[in-house]
Amino acid sequence: MQFALLIYHTPEEFALREKDYSDPHLGAWRAYYKALVEAGVYVSANALEVPETATTVRHREGKRRVQDGPYAETKEQLGGFIILDLPSINAALEWAARCPGASIGAVEVRPLDPETLRRGFTG
Amino acid sequence: MNDGNQEEMHTSVARTIERVARESYGRLVAYLSFHTHDLASAEDALSDALVSALETWPQNGLPQNPEAWLLTAARRSLIDGIRHHRVVVGAEPTLVLLKESSTEPALSTAFPDERLKLLFVCAHPSIDPAMHTPLMLQTVLGLDAARIAHAFLAQPKTMGQRLFRAKTKIRHGGIPFEIPGERDLPERLDAVLEAIYAAFGIGWDDMFGIDQSGRDLAEEAIWLARVLLQLMPGEAEVHGLLALMLHCEARWSARRARDGRYIPLSEQDPKQWSRPLIEEAERHLAAAAKRSRPGRFQLEAAIQSVHAERALSGCTDWAAIGLFYRQLIQISPALGIRVGYAAAVAEAQGPAAGLAVLDSIASDDVSHYQAYWAVRAHLLQSLGITHEASDAYDHAIGLAEDPAIREFLLRKRG
Repeated sequence: MQFALLIYHTPEEFALREKDYSDPHLGAWRAYYKALVEAGVYVSANALEVPETATTVRHREGKRRVQDGPYAETKEQLGGFIILDLPSINAALEWAARCPGASIGAVEVRPLDPETLRRGFTG
Repeated sequence: MNDGNQEEMHTSVARTIERVARESYGRLVAYLSFHTHDLASAEDALSDALVSALETWPQNGLPQNPEAWLLTAARRSLIDGIRHHRVVVGAEPTLVLLKESSTEPALSTAFPDERLKLLFVCAHPSIDPAMHTPLMLQTVLGLDAARIAHAFLAQPKTMGQRLFRAKTKIRHGGIPFEIPGERDLPERLDAVLEAIYAAFGIGWDDMFGIDQSGRDLAEEAIWLARVLLQLMPGEAEVHGLLALMLHCEARWSARRARDGRYIPLSEQDPKQWSRPLIEEAERHLAAAAKRSRPGRFQLEAAIQSVHAERALSGCTDWAAIGLFYRQLIQISPALGIRVGYAAAVAEAQGPAAGLAVLDSIASDDVSHYQAYWAVRAHLLQSLGITHEASDAYDHAIGLAEDPAIREFLLRKRG
């Protein structure tokens, strides 16, 4: 069963990305990724650019509306995601608790829904 | 009465209700569910009673005996509930039972304390062991499912459902509300003690950083152990468990620097340990020793007692700690205990000897065990095997949950 860990960052945490390789914050992330891979649960992951780079598109009443900035103006913003393969939601919560992102921002755990995707492709 | 006074009155009443609820919750739930085995209804009735207390006490003043008042109100609500569901087959005898007991002079404080039976029900072998602790926390201390879910890192909704299912099983599964007989007692008592210790947060005995997600519940666990001791004053292991938890609690504030930094036991300033808690722990350990019935919790408490001696002697007798660990391993070869033993051996005989103990633990068991990697990293570093040490530190950091411990390990890793 696959789960997405959606990592929500505070502005301060986004700013930490500018730090160099020796910064403890990055060290914690590196160790965390290593632990995920060694535990054999890692599927994929990616970080998102800062929310200021976001563009949001809507289509309403025949008109396109394009807006600068992320979909929702909240203090914490989606900063990246990790996909994990795990036996249960409990295991996913354990890995979420260990995520360095959880001690500054927040980590949302959501099961993936491959069934919906499959139906979308095959009609 | 002006608004300010009224507000004050409300807060003072709210505080009284909180205190009565905390002190009486388990007693009332145990008593209300004793005949029916229906914990969920007893808790609902008690929470109705608490709501009506919040409504009426500020107006009419505090009743002379708040606990008896709550019992009467809860019982009325229980009877109403059963009348309401009279169609349910089998409700009639329950109603009769409740009515009978409601005519007894129960409104004195002298209603029997059935909490011990309730504790044994919560840790009954036919209930999923993972639910023993959550059940106790809810039915004896009145903690809500959301708070329990925080501590156990579970989804609040799921925790609520699992608690409900466990209570349904208690109600319909014929689990007796009784204290087990001589033959079953040791095993059944172990389950109760285990559940209380699980609430406290496992792994305090290790030196180099452990998860402490159970910390929120430490005080509740000590409270539960005190209740248990009140009810079973003659059991050595109950004294042992309480001594163990008090020793750890005594060091709580010394575990963190002012800036929140994690301080391992070996670097803590003993002057910051709580003298009264240590003394209380020692009294319980001595009381346990008099019974000459050693056990796991007494041994773990003895290890903490050796650590506590550093406050007087200035040093730690690691050979003694190693000896206690060896006895512990014979009783329960749990991972935490074997890792603790390795750390003690390393202190007494050098890091190479400690590492040999770690190497003897099967690798499958330890891949997710944070404390193992933290100790391993420390020992490899002491031996100058830097490359392997930094790999082990990564392991420990990646598995750490507490940010203070993560930072501590990152600093040590360098």
